Amino acid sequence: MTIVAPSGPKGDLDGADSDVPMAITINRGRQDNVFRTLAISAGIVVLVIMGMVGVFLALRGAQALGVAGWGFITTQSWEPDGGNFGIAAVLVGTLLIALVAICVAIPLAIGMALFISEYARGWLKSTLVSLVDLMAAVPSVIYGLWGFFFLQGQMVPIARWISTYFGWIPLFAVDGADPTDPLSTATVYTSSTFIAGIVVGFMVMPIISSVMREVFSQAPVGEREGAYALGATRWGMIRTVVLPFGRGGMIGGTMLGLGRAMGETIAVFMIISIVFYIQPHLLQNGASSVSSLIALRYGESTALGLSALMAAGLALFLLTLVVNFFASIVVSRSRSGASSDA
Amino acid sequence: MPSVDTTKRTVLGVRPDPSIDVPESKVALRKVRRSDIYSVLGSLAASLALTGLIFTTLTPFNGAIGFFVVWFVSFVVFYALLTSFDEDAQAVRDRIAGVVIRTLAAIVVGVLVFVIVFTAGKGWEVLVNANFFTQDMSDAGPLDPLIVGGIIHAVVGTLIEIAIALAIVIPLGLAVAVYLTEIPSKFSRIVRTIVEAMTALPSIVAGLFIYATLIMILTKQQSGFAAAMAIGIMMLPIIIRSADVALRLVPGTLKEASYALGSSQWSTVRYVTLPTAKSGLATSIILGTARGIGETSPVLLCAGFTAAMNWNPFEGPMISLPLAVFEFVKSPEPTMIARGFGTAVVLLGLVLVMFVIARYFGGKGPGALSKGQLKARQRHSARDLERITAANEQSTSMSSDRKAQ
Repeated sequence: MTIVAPSGPKGDLDGADSDVPMAITINRGRQDNVFRTLAISAGIVVLVIMGMVGVFLALRGAQALGVAGWGFITTQSWEPDGGNFGIAAVLVGTLLIALVAICVAIPLAIGMALFISEYARGWLKSTLVSLVDLMAAVPSVIYGLWGFFFLQGQMVPIARWISTYFGWIPLFAVDGADPTDPLSTATVYTSSTFIAGIVVGFMVMPIISSVMREVFSQAPVGEREGAYALGATRWGMIRTVVLPFGRGGMIGGTMLGLGRAMGETIAVFMIISIVFYIQPHLLQNGASSVSSLIALRYGESTALGLSALMAAGLALFLLTLVVNFFASIVVSRSRSGASSDA
Repeated sequence: MPSVDTTKRTVLGVRPDPSIDVPESKVALRKVRRSDIYSVLGSLAASLALTGLIFTTLTPFNGAIGFFVVWFVSFVVFYALLTSFDEDAQAVRDRIAGVVIRTLAAIVVGVLVFVIVFTAGKGWEVLVNANFFTQDMSDAGPLDPLIVGGIIHAVVGTLIEIAIALAIVIPLGLAVAVYLTEIPSKFSRIVRTIVEAMTALPSIVAGLFIYATLIMILTKQQSGFAAAMAIGIMMLPIIIRSADVALRLVPGTLKEASYALGSSQWSTVRYVTLPTAKSGLATSIILGTARGIGETSPVLLCAGFTAAMNWNPFEGPMISLPLAVFEFVKSPEPTMIARGFGTAVVLLGLVLVMFVIARYFGGKGPGALSKGQLKARQRHSARDLERITAANEQSTSMSSDRKAQ
């Protein structure tokens, strides 16, 4: 990069308006111009690809949206060929699964992040960091296998217990289950939102945990030592220094996990048996999610059916995009030390 | 002597007589006292006994998970009680928090280990048959025993798909990452924000996008190439983001030194930034690849299902490992489910190997060298020094020759 500074204004050096800024022209070589053009066009290409995902889904989904109108958001059933379809049921199902997942993931993620940043030392610390990363890299189909063939059987007695004693809360009620009958079938408790949510929770835990660990370890050393100097126990220090400092990262990490949980497909698809009505009973057989709907119906659909799936995909895409966008804003704010006075 | 108010006097301790040799006693630096261990052991025993009593005699409870939950809760109660005998409330809270945090961490590690061991244990009976790695499934019906059929077609499909995806994603992703760090502007900030938001792109949406464009409009058939495109779209933001982080860790002083020597921006990127961030970039690519290999849903939509080997990514369905797992376990036949677990072990093994390689590369900071590299650099410097000294000597001798003349 050569910077050519032209000689200053000529002539009236003693003039009043001689103090004009010098024009600086940057004369880059041909190599640099090629490099910069290529780099910028790569940026444009990626932006176009990412924009096209949204635009194409919207274009292809427009037909179905035109047929369904506002009913697309309020209708529960999914019969595109009859013109009666909407995402009310699958969207609520997606949110419920994500909610269960977050409830499972948050305590585990906080515990793991605090253990790594505050309790573990030396080789244990680096090993655990690697293990959490590895957990994020394990394919979702393998979590699905584990959830379907192992966890489901283990969770049925627990679901039965919760529904027996907390069934008066609408979320935990199970239709068709008879707690007084010891021989009643266990199938009403399988393939439920609860089980899918637990598996998804284990899958999104690593991303939440690694964001939290990062902000926890950035808690200022001076304030930590100040807390210890005032006689705080380790937990007292964590509660008064580490947790308040990491609050932004905890919220942002949780939202990142929420975005992941809503988009999770294959593990959910393997576990739930999909229903097309709003299923508020977490423990009961039958659940729904947008991604499972797409995976189930993409092959057999007509043109309108496919268009309807595109519209559902668009809804999911926008939802995760918004959640993730706010999450990254919150996380980047907390990293810049904005919450250090909290 | 005037009367002195003794309550206000500073009382000095008796200084030990230095002539008497008192053996120094070591100050114990260990934080764990014997009573701490006893209280842990005691509450473990008490809670185990109580839980056993509850589950066997008192109530009709059963189930392993319930047992552990009750055991844990009663352990915390007993432990708090025992600690409160000789500590204050602060310390009791600290102990309980320590127990809860350690338990949560142990649960996470336990789940990960258990997922891997469970898959490996169930898949073991398939993996001992060599035909599993050499045959495809075209001759194997649902009722055939495990000595017929294998997953070589899925292995080949996975490798072809990921290779095509990487051939597109690596140059594009690295170029964008370089753009984001080297040419900062308003536009690059927009690109970075979009890329960060797209890391959470649901993989099924990536698959649906390719299905709607490439398959429905252009090729009209499912193919390995379409699946590779879908995987690529999913991997691209992940790789860009982590490569961007790796590039931002390159010290600015290095780049400025390069500029100060008069090099252009491209030569600085080529000879300073990229080599310095090499290990971080390798890690980001490998971890992105591991994610891409394991994705099932885009492949489900775009690649289609086949039981036969297909070498051509542009024609006909091409199966990959995660999709094979998914299709195998849909079958009610135990042998097919066993094959599914076997395939899952192969997939898991592949991801684990990539992960270990990534950790090996990524264990080093930007610009850090391995032992061998360090030795090579030292040899190189020594040669340079020798050369310079020799040249110096030559020039001094030449100048002294000239003086002599």
